[in-house]
Amino acid sequence: MNKAQRSPLFHISKRGSLPWYAVWGIRGGSLLVALVFCGVITSLVTGENPLQVYAAIFEGSFGTTRKFWVLLQNISMLLCVSLAVTPAFRMRCWNLGGEGQALAGALAAAACMICLRNSLPNWAVILLMIVTSILAGAIWAGIPAFFKAKWNTNETLFTLMMNYVATQLVAYYCVVWESPKGSGQIGIINPNTHIGWFPQIGPYKYLLNILIVAAVCIAMYVYLSYSKHGYEIAVVGESERTARYVGIKVNRVIIRTMLLSGALCGLAGLLLVGSTNHTLTPNIVEGRGFTAVMVSWLAKFNPIWMILTSFLLVFLGRGAGEIATNFSLNQSFGDILTGIILFFIIGSEFFINYEIHFRGSGKKEG
Amino acid sequence: MDNKIPAVQMRDITKRFGSVLANDKVWLNIYRGEILALLGENGSGKTTLMNMLSGIYFPDEGTIAIDGKEVVIRSPKDAFDLGIGMIHQHFKLVDVLTAAENIVLGLPGKLDLKAAAEKIRGICSAYGFEVDPDQKIYDMSVSQKQTVEIVKVLYRGADILILDEPTAVLTPQETEKLFAVLRNMRNDGKAVVIITHKMHEVEELSDRVAVLRHGQFIGDMPTAKTSAQEMTNMMVGHPVVLNIKRPEPVNPRPRIEVEGLTVRSIDGYLKLEDVSFTAYSGEILGIAGISGSGQKELLESIAGLQPVEAGSICYIEDDGRREQLLGKDPLSIAQMGVSLSFVPEDRLGMGLVGNMDLADNMMLRSFRSGKSMFTDRKTPHTLAETVVHDLEVSTPSVSTPVRRLSGGNVQKVLVGREISSAPTVLLTAYAVRGLDINSSYTIYDLINRQKEQGVAVIYVGEDLDVLLELADRILVLCGGKVSGIVPGRGAKKRDVGLMMTKLGGKSDE
Repeated sequence: MNKAQRSPLFHISKRGSLPWYAVWGIRGGSLLVALVFCGVITSLVTGENPLQVYAAIFEGSFGTTRKFWVLLQNISMLLCVSLAVTPAFRMRCWNLGGEGQALAGALAAAACMICLRNSLPNWAVILLMIVTSILAGAIWAGIPAFFKAKWNTNETLFTLMMNYVATQLVAYYCVVWESPKGSGQIGIINPNTHIGWFPQIGPYKYLLNILIVAAVCIAMYVYLSYSKHGYEIAVVGESERTARYVGIKVNRVIIRTMLLSGALCGLAGLLLVGSTNHTLTPNIVEGRGFTAVMVSWLAKFNPIWMILTSFLLVFLGRGAGEIATNFSLNQSFGDILTGIILFFIIGSEFFINYEIHFRGSGKKEG
Repeated sequence: MDNKIPAVQMRDITKRFGSVLANDKVWLNIYRGEILALLGENGSGKTTLMNMLSGIYFPDEGTIAIDGKEVVIRSPKDAFDLGIGMIHQHFKLVDVLTAAENIVLGLPGKLDLKAAAEKIRGICSAYGFEVDPDQKIYDMSVSQKQTVEIVKVLYRGADILILDEPTAVLTPQETEKLFAVLRNMRNDGKAVVIITHKMHEVEELSDRVAVLRHGQFIGDMPTAKTSAQEMTNMMVGHPVVLNIKRPEPVNPRPRIEVEGLTVRSIDGYLKLEDVSFTAYSGEILGIAGISGSGQKELLESIAGLQPVEAGSICYIEDDGRREQLLGKDPLSIAQMGVSLSFVPEDRLGMGLVGNMDLADNMMLRSFRSGKSMFTDRKTPHTLAETVVHDLEVSTPSVSTPVRRLSGGNVQKVLVGREISSAPTVLLTAYAVRGLDINSSYTIYDLINRQKEQGVAVIYVGEDLDVLLELADRILVLCGGKVSGIVPGRGAKKRDVGLMMTKLGGKSDE
């Protein structure tokens, strides 16, 4: 019998469910393979010792107490935007406008700080900042949601476009409110009076943000998993026809959820301006609206897992910056390593869902 | 046929999907000049087995031999090269192309539609098909599309044909035509395999039957030497009673009164025209008709899911009060206190959420109850366990996503939820479509019990034999109009079939 004719080299079939330790074994294994692969690439391309490079990546996040706090702060901001887009994602509504919605919130907060600093007491300014920035974020998401509900426009493109509008709007106001004159930048707002600056908890500059986001994270988990709204979101996301069949008002759920999504993005903008940076620039959100998409997906839209995935992305990002300075490499090299690691982590999901049979394995010959 | 070499020999074929053993060392012979009926309950592995023959799946173990020669079928193309063609349940045609264009699509060589049309006409006249090669697919009825699919595989030179539940979408007349064609092909020396659930079709058409159960080959025998009862017992594994009960309606009272109902689709086509009827409590009103004659729109109008152009739908309470249902959505209908249950045709796309588990699916109807902003998870969980127990749903647990269940079990979950709210009206669309015999009888039984409890049941069905046995009255739809309403007891299949294709059903003869 002609052996070459017998069967294909390999074929793929879907797995049943794997036990949790096998799933995590595959994920852990893929991370290990990714690190080895990155090491090979590093020594081939740069000639550096990969172990030293890894040590530097670790240093980037845990090297000093300050770096550790920056890590936590960055995680909390990324997590905040990720939590914001997640309810929309669960509804299969792709809100890619986290960037713009957070910017709208930041703009509203800065506007309060600048325009009201001479007319209202500090507590009133902060209160107004909270209200207006959350509202601004909600409106920025509400516009595409309204159009989607009313005329079934594509929310992906619409929210994406709203990002550009927000960026240009902020760029415009940066010139209007520039300080000092002619700089084209706003600089630190109210550096002496600290009006509109959020209170600091003890000596920890970032603790307030971290606590707020932690609370939002738990609340979002409970909201999505146990509330009636969360259930409606899940049903609409799975099938709009089923939702209509049981009498859920689909359009109302879409608008409500997008408003929530935008409001939380607005909160992220508020925290960036009021608590961390005390200034406003067009790139104050630092692309978190887009990184959040990855955080949310990697965690399969589970708020608790998102703590881990946002840690992973921030950790890798900080490490990339660290090796850029330590080894006088280009920042892009760190990004290449990040890309490789993410590729392996995402790719491992394939091996969790499918198995590959090679020719000859598990078969008797002849 | 004893010493003939089989056209197809399948030996020790095993196929696993994850932990599920879909086929377990199956042996099957298929002979030329013979129609083989492949029987088995849902999930018994019939379609999987045939998919391996047509190159869609690759077997984990076992060998396949064509005309005594061992072969490897890696892809549908390999299968075609070996003369194996499969007609699937879901047609794979391009709507905007003509029949001829669809048939030659993907074939190598120069595109010569004229020659192709000639060849198609040749095939048609040889076997008695009626296909216009220049007709566009979107202009065709379901049965015409199916014919195109069959001609397509014949055009490619197939002499081993596999048909997966071909009659599920056909009227009795169309079924007879199809059977005539299949007999012609058999007489021409082709091997024909037909997968079906309908016993009377097996008896009428096939020469030999092969039975699978739980992925295993149970046996095969000449059709003439067996009976529907024996085949069913083999499929199910224990004796089954093949009678549908039809208790007399007790104290029927008008419950739903539909008057002059007219519905247009979004693109302006008339889907229902001036439909009027009354459904009574304690009665099963069967709705017959070719698929797409307005059954879906009719049920969805009553359930508040379909915008209506004109007419009225009244719900009549026990004390004679009338409530207009038209213009209300499902939520406001429920809030009016009308307990209306609906088992839609699209079980996983409308009635249930495939990715949610049983308990969460039970919650679909009840999640709003209570003032708290949080959902009550306990009651649906208990209900899920009750349904699993009472209706014998086979599932690993109530926290299994329903899409993992087999068709019959999915339907039991859906029907179980819908009747749990003690409805006064029960709408069902193709309640047993794709279900095996055992599950089908469970569903008939459940529906009958609802009827006995005084529920007005509206049952849209496709199997006329079942409608004639189950329904107290049958409303026949033809092109969106009421072709007639006949009593279920004593109605003739032929007459109802004619009413389905022609208003009033008067034959020309």
